[in-house]
Amino acid sequence: MASNISDIVFLAVVAAGVVLCLLRMLKGPTAPDRAVAVDTIATITTALFVLLGSIFERYVYLDVALVYAVLTFIGSVAIARFLEKGI
Amino acid sequence: MLLAGTIVTGIGTIFLFLGSLGILRMPDVYNRLQAGTKCTTLGAFLTIIGVGIMQPNWLPKTLVIALFILITNPISNHALGRASRKSGVSLCDRSVVDKAEEFAEFKEKE
Repeated sequence: MASNISDIVFLAVVAAGVVLCLLRMLKGPTAPDRAVAVDTIATITTALFVLLGSIFERYVYLDVALVYAVLTFIGSVAIARFLEKGI
Repeated sequence: MLLAGTIVTGIGTIFLFLGSLGILRMPDVYNRLQAGTKCTTLGAFLTIIGVGIMQPNWLPKTLVIALFILITNPISNHALGRASRKSGVSLCDRSVVDKAEEFAEFKEKE
């Protein structure tokens, strides 16, 4: 479990960042604003998976982070394609 | 080794937080894109490499993930910026220069 004080501080800082991005995603005036916020949340979540794997000492979380990075990259490019010229 | 990894991971998480603050506070889609891209790429890179330094058995796979983020995050954000420019999102009113107007493919379609 998260026993060190440094792990709790790291998780709190990353969670504050995700909350700020979530506010922008709720507020954002246009659709690209929301897409940028979602893409930033995806990158932060990839780092968060690796951090959680270090805290829980599970090696499997690195595989999860790698697959998540690949899938969110494809998703972001697909959203950009959709915003550019429609389906 | 543990102390060095903790310091690198701490710097990375601070950069992640600052990138999110830029996403919330910047006035424009393009400013938000550059804040989000630069800070988040460096923050995720430092966080993942810091975990790899903390636990040296994990270093090869964390290097793979960090290099993948370092390559693909600018590509996807570039695609998003280009798409938002082409779909007609205007710049904020304090912008000084607009170089994209000079290229024919970004001109407003009649």
